[in-house]
Amino acid sequence: MEGKRDMMKKVPVREQDPKVRAANFKEVCLGYNEIEAVAEAERCLNCKNAKCVAGCPVSIDIPAFIQEVKAGNFKGAAEVIAKSSALPAVCGRVCPQETQCEGQCVRGIKGEAVSIGKLERFVADWSREHGFVPAAPEKTNGKKVAVIGSGPAGLTCAGDLAKLGYEVTIFEALHEPGGVLTYGIPEFRLPKDGVVQPEIDNVRKLGVTIETNVVIGKSVTIDELMEEEGFQAVFIGSGAGLPKFMGIPGENANGVFSANEYLTRSNLMKAFREDYDTPIMDAKKVVVVGGGNVAMDAARTALRLGAEVHIVYRRSEKELPARAEEVHHAKEEGIIFDLLTNPAEILTDENGWVKGIICRRMELGEPDESGRRRPVEVAGSEFEIEADTVIMALGTSPNPLISNTTKGLEINRWKCIIADENNGKTTKEGVYAGGDAVTGAATVILAMEAGRAGARGIDEYLSGKTES
Amino acid sequence: MYQIVKAEKLADKIYLCVVEAPRVARSCEPGEFVIVKMDEEGERIPLTICDFDREKGTVTIVFQTVGASTEKMASLKAGDAFRDFVGPLGNPSDFVKEDLESLKQKKYLFVAGGVGAAPVYPQVKWMKEHGIDADVIVGSKTKDLLILTKEMEEAAGNLYITTDDGSFGNKGMVTSVIEELVEKQGKHYDVCVAIGPMIMMKFVCLLTKKLEIPTIVSLNPIMVDGTGMCGACRVTVGDKVKFACVDGPEFDGHLVNFDEAMKRQQMYKTQEGRAMLRLKEGDTHHGGCGHCGGDE
Repeated sequence: MEGKRDMMKKVPVREQDPKVRAANFKEVCLGYNEIEAVAEAERCLNCKNAKCVAGCPVSIDIPAFIQEVKAGNFKGAAEVIAKSSALPAVCGRVCPQETQCEGQCVRGIKGEAVSIGKLERFVADWSREHGFVPAAPEKTNGKKVAVIGSGPAGLTCAGDLAKLGYEVTIFEALHEPGGVLTYGIPEFRLPKDGVVQPEIDNVRKLGVTIETNVVIGKSVTIDELMEEEGFQAVFIGSGAGLPKFMGIPGENANGVFSANEYLTRSNLMKAFREDYDTPIMDAKKVVVVGGGNVAMDAARTALRLGAEVHIVYRRSEKELPARAEEVHHAKEEGIIFDLLTNPAEILTDENGWVKGIICRRMELGEPDESGRRRPVEVAGSEFEIEADTVIMALGTSPNPLISNTTKGLEINRWKCIIADENNGKTTKEGVYAGGDAVTGAATVILAMEAGRAGARGIDEYLSGKTES
Repeated sequence: MYQIVKAEKLADKIYLCVVEAPRVARSCEPGEFVIVKMDEEGERIPLTICDFDREKGTVTIVFQTVGASTEKMASLKAGDAFRDFVGPLGNPSDFVKEDLESLKQKKYLFVAGGVGAAPVYPQVKWMKEHGIDADVIVGSKTKDLLILTKEMEEAAGNLYITTDDGSFGNKGMVTSVIEELVEKQGKHYDVCVAIGPMIMMKFVCLLTKKLEIPTIVSLNPIMVDGTGMCGACRVTVGDKVKFACVDGPEFDGHLVNFDEAMKRQQMYKTQEGRAMLRLKEGDTHHGGCGHCGGDE
């Protein structure tokens, strides 16, 4: 910035060099420092009718927190954000800002939108580093609520209810809390010890208890929680569920993984670290099938473990569902994108290991029901990509465990739990739900929005209910 | 933490632990399994439930040492604890949900091979508790590797023990006992439940298909989470792909694609697999897969 500063452009954020970071699991984006944050905050026009707030699923008062940053009052900024979000250090890192807050920013009409996500991250990191913790309520109201799943929906719901004085217990099926923040999103995008753990600790500091290793529907059912353990309401935020496969020949070969398995081995089980026991395949050439954030995460994990990585996606770049920043980072790091390409068969060697994948070229036809142009196979376009590992990142289908074991809890034809999006109310009295278990695979912030709605619904239900 | 109240060596490389896990003990049924994780760095290891005590809140597991993680587990003593112990996972055996009167009309044959005696035991015990005498075949390589024979003796209607080397009971494979009972003694069985090494289950199924005895097997493929999330445990049953953790672990043995399942187990188990693994995983493989002997 020599002389006059270009207010149309974002203050650039420092990142690890692509060549260096391609070989480590440290965080890619380094974030703003205080000077950079204040400089970026100065770009905010402090709109009266702030469109960015409408673009935020949890309606953070964005101009208000940015004005605090501009004034150098970072603690004040953190207090503004804390009113609406329990996980700002997470959201600042993983929200698709370009389609939400930043997509609405007036600055973005002629120039670049204000870097709202990076400012949120700065404020959250600053407050963590300066020991600013949310205050627990002085006394509880004695009403017990169970929250199933400790991912973004569950943590948000639990945090909101605890602030209102409820006694909240979160039940987590895995051995660590955090849900997708822990098993799904990689370290280089969302550091576990540095960011996820402290945010979970903040929810605990509000008085929330987290019980790990409890699979609801198996270890204990929702009906038992309500009838025998004294929980007056339940929020289900159990997440996405079972990984989808394509159903093509060779898919059960050795070396074919779901993205869930690959990422869980690396993130939850820490297989990328020498001192942990769980193995992960040392692939040389990996094909990741899919174009969402999970596909990008799996691809960039495989790259860091030393492989050449191809992303195979059947539509064009424009339709990639991943966040723009993830696609950009993946390209910078050297991930090869084979677009308009669709797998037809996985080839195996005589021992049952993957040796390649046959693909077909695609072209875009008429728009389908999703509004995106439908990919159509180009006749006679089959070709082979050599690979020793194939990772399927095709989304998930709901886990039937809870719906099968809870009397009166209805599901829709996609087997998702039916819940009112305004308050999370399900077809069973006292039971609320939100996040991927209701919508199918979506984003962290949408799950948080649903967790917040569920907390509102539960509070309305229990505060209207007379003590028994 | 999940306290160990009893730890015992049952046979060479085979260990038993009784673990305090009240939620699991309260809700588990025969056929289901648990996942244990010994410490922070350990793997998640799926193990079938061998026994449980609802009042004491304890669950009994039996495991064989086959690699770094289970080797570490073998050193656990009473008073130690598992960091994590989750379950029950999977589905109970079908007969648990069946109408008791119609179940009593059926003759069951249980076939246990090696450590497979551990998951078979609670099923036979359940039968006994519900007034049903089941026939049980227990097989192992040699006398010293036989486990739970006393418990099985008490629970079974008729118990047939066979060892490959003839050092105890009958000499030969479990399949030869099945042939003896059905073809020579003319016994009739409505259902066979076979649990043991994959290769044993494959050959039992080939035989019972010929003998027209419906057969249930319990699969224990590679798993990570055990709740349906990772899909590592997928297995082909008939023309469908199933997840052993949420759809199983018990399946119609006559429909299971054992060759594919064995190949998938080879990823970590056989000589070929070990070599392949070392090759494919290189430096990232540092033991603990549970099968290769790890960092020896």
